[in-house]
Amino acid sequence: MTGSLPGAAIIAAIKSAGVRFVMTVPDIVSSEGLLHPISRDSELRLIRVCKEDEAVGISAGLAACGQRSMLLIQHTGLLDSINALRAVAVEYSMPVCLMVGLLEKEPGVAPTKSGRYGVRIVQPILDAMSIVHHLLETEDDVPIIPKAIERAYTDSKPVVMLLGRRPTP
Amino acid sequence: MIKRDDGLKILARHIPDDIVVAVYSTAFDWVQIRPHALNYFAVGAMGLASSHGLGLALGRPDRRVIVLDGDGSLLMNLGSLATIANAAPRNFFHFVCENGTYEANGDHPIPGRGRLSFSGIAREAGYAATHEFADIGVFEQQIGSALGETGPVLIDLKLVPGTESPRDYRGLYAAERRATFRSALMQL
Repeated sequence: MTGSLPGAAIIAAIKSAGVRFVMTVPDIVSSEGLLHPISRDSELRLIRVCKEDEAVGISAGLAACGQRSMLLIQHTGLLDSINALRAVAVEYSMPVCLMVGLLEKEPGVAPTKSGRYGVRIVQPILDAMSIVHHLLETEDDVPIIPKAIERAYTDSKPVVMLLGRRPTP
Repeated sequence: MIKRDDGLKILARHIPDDIVVAVYSTAFDWVQIRPHALNYFAVGAMGLASSHGLGLALGRPDRRVIVLDGDGSLLMNLGSLATIANAAPRNFFHFVCENGTYEANGDHPIPGRGRLSFSGIAREAGYAATHEFADIGVFEQQIGSALGETGPVLIDLKLVPGTESPRDYRGLYAAERRATFRSALMQL
């Protein structure tokens, strides 16, 4: 599979879904294409957290106020936040939206076929938790983003959008 | 030391209609002392009260948000002090109910009990103001002034258990309570 994943299109999609807050621990996968531009975007408030599970709580608090947000993190942070997602997002049915970089996933290779153990286990874990997830590999996948966010807030459920390659600046 | 229910009763007089995030033993006492639709108990995972509170404070900057954290709980999420200081919500008031133990999990001591300073950590993390209270009279005299400060403010209450309220876990964490909270918040 060839193609690219334009960061500007992703950011536009996020904003079109009404997201106004982004919580992050920096991830090299999304650093250049997403995080640096978001940090300069006056329409998005960037909240830098120390650990990813903090962002799950922040997102829930914002959602209770009717505010939409998104976590921008690495898959290692997702794995570290499993208990927070279990409790807050799944058991308490809160709309927590995550965009997750799959560090060292090979572009065009399905995550479950990756040579990296940490990448291979992400989708099976999300399936076990009944958390909806989508893979973003190319620009053709970007329209998934606003629909996924809208559904998460409509259904009050979590959703994970996996970055299958580094978004381009 | 302040008996927890005595301290919470004094606090409740100062925050009759504020948003309050409370955890564990404090939450059970609080819901008896100040039953209110704007009580938020949906923290879910231990340690995340301050993070939920930050989300609420950012989402509703027009309302004061009170977090009644535990000492063991805050130790699980100490980084949130840096996050909160950096986000600098002026409406955020972070109480640490410091009893030195994991009271709900068998009364075991927290690491650093009696040595670490939550107010010191918060101050160095960048909170706008910090306070410590171990005497009920001083607390009663000064808490009103502290609640009038610009946040984020951390208030460390040195507590011992008082008269315990019923531990109704199912009722405290019921889905209906979460729905009531959201509905009340939207109507403000």
